[in-house]
Amino acid sequence: MNIPENLYYTPEHEWLRVEGETAFVGITDFAQSELGEIVFVDITAVGETLKAGATFGSIEAVKTVSDLFMPASGNVIEMNAKLNDHPELVNDDPYGEGWIIKTTLTDSSEIAKLLTAEKYKALVG
Amino acid sequence: MKSTPFTDLHIALGAKMHEFAGYNMPIEYSGILDEHMVVRSKVGVFDVSHMGEFWVKGKNALPFLQKLTTNDVASLPIGKAQYTCFPNGKGGIVDDLLVYHYHPEKYLLVVNAANIDKDWNWCVINNSEGAELENSSDRMAQLAVQGPKAVEVLQQLTEVDLSAIPYYGFQVGTFANVPEVILSNTGYTGAGGFELYFYPEDGMKIWNAIFEKGKPAGIQPIGLGARDTLRLEMGFALYGNDIDDTTSPIEAGLGWITKFAPDKSFIDRDLLERQKKEGVSRRLIGFQFLEKGIPRHGYEITDEFGGSIGKVTSGTISPILKVGIGMGYVATSFATVGSEIYISIRGKLIPAKVVKPPFCKGVTA
Repeated sequence: MNIPENLYYTPEHEWLRVEGETAFVGITDFAQSELGEIVFVDITAVGETLKAGATFGSIEAVKTVSDLFMPASGNVIEMNAKLNDHPELVNDDPYGEGWIIKTTLTDSSEIAKLLTAEKYKALVG
Repeated sequence: MKSTPFTDLHIALGAKMHEFAGYNMPIEYSGILDEHMVVRSKVGVFDVSHMGEFWVKGKNALPFLQKLTTNDVASLPIGKAQYTCFPNGKGGIVDDLLVYHYHPEKYLLVVNAANIDKDWNWCVINNSEGAELENSSDRMAQLAVQGPKAVEVLQQLTEVDLSAIPYYGFQVGTFANVPEVILSNTGYTGAGGFELYFYPEDGMKIWNAIFEKGKPAGIQPIGLGARDTLRLEMGFALYGNDIDDTTSPIEAGLGWITKFAPDKSFIDRDLLERQKKEGVSRRLIGFQFLEKGIPRHGYEITDEFGGSIGKVTSGTISPILKVGIGMGYVATSFATVGSEIYISIRGKLIPAKVVKPPFCKGVTA
């Protein structure tokens, strides 16, 4: 199971990568593997400011659908447009090309509440 | 959890396993979409050993089956199978099943795994005819070999001329040097192929022979996930989703297996005959999305104003059409092919049109 050291994680299997003022959000390798083949990503919150834990969209696999939750409060400034035609990028490269949204964090102190790679690893076994 | 003769093999092959009807079953191997396309274009093998098998024998077998099932068993020749259901005495369905006419006065019933105990009790308590009943569910295993290349693979392993067995026909013969295998031209995928029934101890021999001969054709094992998407593209009902103890065969569009033959008296006949004549207030329909989205079991079906007209019983994305497809019960006034309906997904109404299944062709070149 691939769990990069430089990311922050949620118990709901999202990851967060901080790059200065902005942060990228996606789902973990564990999550994509549990969901199976992803057939589309429905992001409803572009342009909205959401609290940590709020739903910013959903991800549909063949057999099931899963809500997507904000790891930390922020303004959703962009969704990964490539996923419209290539949702399978989330399966193939969950931490890279398969990123889902870009946000500007409104409260960077929340990052400390997220799971480290080590803690997330302990969670998913 | 119960095992099939192939459970350890599924695990060794890396399948995602999950409990289904009390059995530890493979849900997917390479991925549902990939497995789906393998069955539509090549050949795939499903372990369906969890299904239940009952024998019904003796001179009272026919009157017993005529009473318990909706289809006309008297018109079923030896060597043929028919799709049918058990009506439940309250206008609903105990289970849907296949009846094989095996020998004179000997029939094989194949029932859903989740309903084995319920069906067995139903048969026993309703057996005032005194038919001989035998529950062989634990002594029979089954593989479904499905897809356009299934026959060319299987034919290499038997002297029985498979091309001479019609759809819903079967023969008993030696297969992969195993005697007494039932070779049945049936399936739940619309892709063509056979279902094989045999003793559990012969399972590995049969599996290995099929995969050896199937290698050049690109044969793969297929899980229950793709079994569901394949049957749904064909509009085949799944018990527990699309039909159950509260849905009548007439509402479910199973009028074609409900035969009001003059000399056939069966459970719920009067009620179902009245429904057929007078009509029903809701019907099981197929629908296809006009926009992006995937319908799922339990979602609300609405009119254009968001008023509820029914519920989705099965839904998926069609791997062939690449759009959302599903089935559900709607008020009869919305059941006409071409009607526009809506599916409520997390508060958003997705437009769909009512279509007549199958949603697509069962075989892709």
